[in-house]
Amino acid sequence: MTAPTFQDTVFALKKYWSDRGCIIQEPYDVEVGAGTMAPETFLRVLGPDPYRVAYVQPSRRPADGRYGENPNRLYKHQQLQVILKPSPADVIDQYLGSLTAIGIDLSKHDIKFEEDNWEAPTLGAWGIGWQVMLDGLEITQFTYFQQCGGFDLDLVPAELTYGLERISAFLQNVDSVYDIEWAPGIKYSQVRFQDERQFSKYNFELADIKMLWQLFDLHEKECQRLLSTTDVVLAAYDQVLKCSHIFNLLDSRGAISVTERVGVIGRVRRLALGVAKAWMAQTEYAQTNPPDAAQEVVA
Amino acid sequence: MSLPFVLEVGTEEIPDWMIVPAMNQLQDMFQALLDQNSLAGKVSSADATPRRLVLKAAGLIDRQPDTDELVSGPPKSAGPGAAAGFAKKLGATPDQLIVQTTAKGEYYFLHKRTQGQATAAILARELPNLILKIQWPKTMYWNGKGSQRFIRPIRWLVALLGESVIPFEIGGVRSGNATHGHRLLGKTSILITTADFDEQLRTNGVILQAEKRRDKIETEIAGLLDGKNLRIKPDPDLLHTLTYITEFPSPILGSFDSQYLELPSEVLITVMRHHQKYFSVEDSQGNLAPHFIAVMNTNADPEGLVRHGNERVLRARFNDARFFWQQDQKKKLEDRLSDLKNVTFQAKVGSYYEKTQRVVDLVKLLGGDSNTQRAALLCKTDLTTDMVKEFTDLQGVVGGLYAKAQGEPEPVWRAVYDHYKPLSMEGEIPSTAEGRVLSLADKWDTLASCFSVGLAPTGSKDPFALRRAAQGVVRIVVEGKVKFDSPGMPPDLEEFMRDRVEYYFRDVRNFAYDEVRACMAAGWRDLIDLESRLKRVQAIRPTPDFEPIAASFKRIKNILKQAGFTEISAVDESLIEPGPERRLYDEFQRTSGQSLESRITPLRPKIDLFFDKVLVNAPDPAVRKNRLTLLHRMLQEFSDIADFSEIVTERSSS
Repeated sequence: MTAPTFQDTVFALKKYWSDRGCIIQEPYDVEVGAGTMAPETFLRVLGPDPYRVAYVQPSRRPADGRYGENPNRLYKHQQLQVILKPSPADVIDQYLGSLTAIGIDLSKHDIKFEEDNWEAPTLGAWGIGWQVMLDGLEITQFTYFQQCGGFDLDLVPAELTYGLERISAFLQNVDSVYDIEWAPGIKYSQVRFQDERQFSKYNFELADIKMLWQLFDLHEKECQRLLSTTDVVLAAYDQVLKCSHIFNLLDSRGAISVTERVGVIGRVRRLALGVAKAWMAQTEYAQTNPPDAAQEVVA
Repeated sequence: MSLPFVLEVGTEEIPDWMIVPAMNQLQDMFQALLDQNSLAGKVSSADATPRRLVLKAAGLIDRQPDTDELVSGPPKSAGPGAAAGFAKKLGATPDQLIVQTTAKGEYYFLHKRTQGQATAAILARELPNLILKIQWPKTMYWNGKGSQRFIRPIRWLVALLGESVIPFEIGGVRSGNATHGHRLLGKTSILITTADFDEQLRTNGVILQAEKRRDKIETEIAGLLDGKNLRIKPDPDLLHTLTYITEFPSPILGSFDSQYLELPSEVLITVMRHHQKYFSVEDSQGNLAPHFIAVMNTNADPEGLVRHGNERVLRARFNDARFFWQQDQKKKLEDRLSDLKNVTFQAKVGSYYEKTQRVVDLVKLLGGDSNTQRAALLCKTDLTTDMVKEFTDLQGVVGGLYAKAQGEPEPVWRAVYDHYKPLSMEGEIPSTAEGRVLSLADKWDTLASCFSVGLAPTGSKDPFALRRAAQGVVRIVVEGKVKFDSPGMPPDLEEFMRDRVEYYFRDVRNFAYDEVRACMAAGWRDLIDLESRLKRVQAIRPTPDFEPIAASFKRIKNILKQAGFTEISAVDESLIEPGPERRLYDEFQRTSGQSLESRITPLRPKIDLFFDKVLVNAPDPAVRKNRLTLLHRMLQEFSDIADFSEIVTERSSS
């Protein structure tokens, strides 16, 4: 049996989760550091409505770039994000089924669930879970969300985040992500090497620090304006994502000092909590059940 | 009737390090439940894997014994109305009452018989609370806001008394007699009895007893290495982790390219140990060998796929480490100093750059030579290296290795390498004088700066590991013989350090608690001096005259306290009475300047006689004052060694 291509693996996972009631979404089109930040996760996990969604999310982490020279590190990697809200009782069995669906014969491999609790202070979010290890390789982050945007969650969603490059490299038995076969006859390097090289250069050397600070301030103001004077929560949330990405860029440029750092994280966090609060307020539920996190949001 | 009991709480994977403490609680709580309800029975085993907590007990009775109680009522003189009321309250009729004569007269009584409840009913009622009462470091909810919390979701429950199910429910899961096997090797919904439970689990890929899993790992590792002239680096903590992260552990032997052995073994071992949970393998000379042992949670690796996968991951990790090593060498440690301005030590305290400045100053204050000062300057710079960002456990070690590679003299790089030591109570302290001074300065700065912004540990919370830092300070000073006069301490830090010093000498060095208290009462800031005084007191403690003298000192202290005596003046010889007082005074003067050890024996009978024959509280105020002065001086002269009144003696405690 030949190993599946990168895109075959993506297709198989999407099909698998589609068969289990997930909406298949496309990647969110604003820069994010992780699939969790896309509104399909950050906002949809809030409130009492069930939701199931799966999508690939290209995730940008400027500081992780290595100019295309490191076989395992990428400035931008692809996550397959699955949200099952509420989590079904057989969620782990369903997850293991997805591994079978992409061609992993579990009877010949070693699977372990190792404690790994997830926390994103800038999003006021945390959860309990594991990293899933396949023959010693971390292939998935599995999290039961407990809090998001400072709110205790009404329904506990299970979040499955598959590291697609790692899984593909494993399935194809290659040591470098750049050697992954993306489509028949097409390597990952042909598709993505230039991104890695050029964006590493931009993120570490070229990005205009002064401009980034200005952009940060502008997006922050826009978010605050939208939250205080309008009801367009989704547009406000885009501004949070912009701020978050700009923060990461400034960080990779080494432009954030120790004293500034905590403060800037706090600014992004306040915006994110404000958006979550506004989103909750827009559901009838929130009007009859004042959120526990209200004080924290104001603070 | 004597019944066996079995409880299994089936969960999703519980973190390995939480399992044993949880089982201890469950076992204790269940035994208490049996005892409090007079259900007989003893817990016979408490076993667990990451997916199940299993408690077994034997000898339970099927019903609580009935109890018979004689309840006293109103006096007979209160009349039949009161008697009827009493009977009614207890659900009886007046004709069931009896009259008995007590010391206070005639009273109504009722033999109240309470029927015991069925054991199954009691357990069905109590088990859910019991299970949910286990204390975990961090819990979660999974059925929606406000629902029950546990460490991970509960997915099945087995509860049998004899062969009957004890019915209860937690979070929508009902108890039954069906267990689940290993995720990949077993079936789900396996019907069990109390008798065949272990066997059923075993045939479904679960070894229930941790001890057996541990044995399997150890035996099979020995088999894998047999005849190869190799051994694993012993690692009890890792063995424990692997025992509790698996239901059916099977070790495999993997290899890596020997070219990676060029990297420092510290780095290779950390990658294997902390990132991959592998045992390192060494040859008979103790040199790292290009092999590792991984422990699978399954029965076999017939096609070698698991070994291949693990080797592939390790190769990638080692490649990363080599890449970091090469990258990091491009910028020398001393050129990284200003980068420390961007590394937070503690948000309220500031950056590692500022910490470095303080540690350098402190090293100078401690008399550290130029090598030690150089090491202090470099010691935190490795925090800016890729290697330490990736392998944080290696902070210090990496700095030392880089300093060595960059041509720093051995006293410098060794001090940097060692400066986080001791890493635990048992861990070794830095091996060189430079390392000890640096480590001491670094730890003391951490303590002083955290306390200065109110970050003292509270209860079990010690996020900055200040207890460990303080323990390190104490051990380095005492065991490394570093002269250390701690600079001024705020009262909370002083109290904190005092506790750590007391803990160290009492619980780590095993000095008697009263000796520690006595010696510390005479001063504890100079720890080397304190240790030597403790050793002296410990040595003279068993001598026959010591405890009597200690008891006398307690008496002296009480007398002075009662008299409110604090005045310090010379003893007036002319007021000394001949006889016992004179003899005590002369002996005291004669032995003045001699060691404590040589004074005890001659003084003891004189003191005893003095207290036997002489009235301290003499009618003449001048005489009384003179006697108090004498006692006060005696107390003073010995008190630079210890406050002997703190010594617990048979005489003083009676």
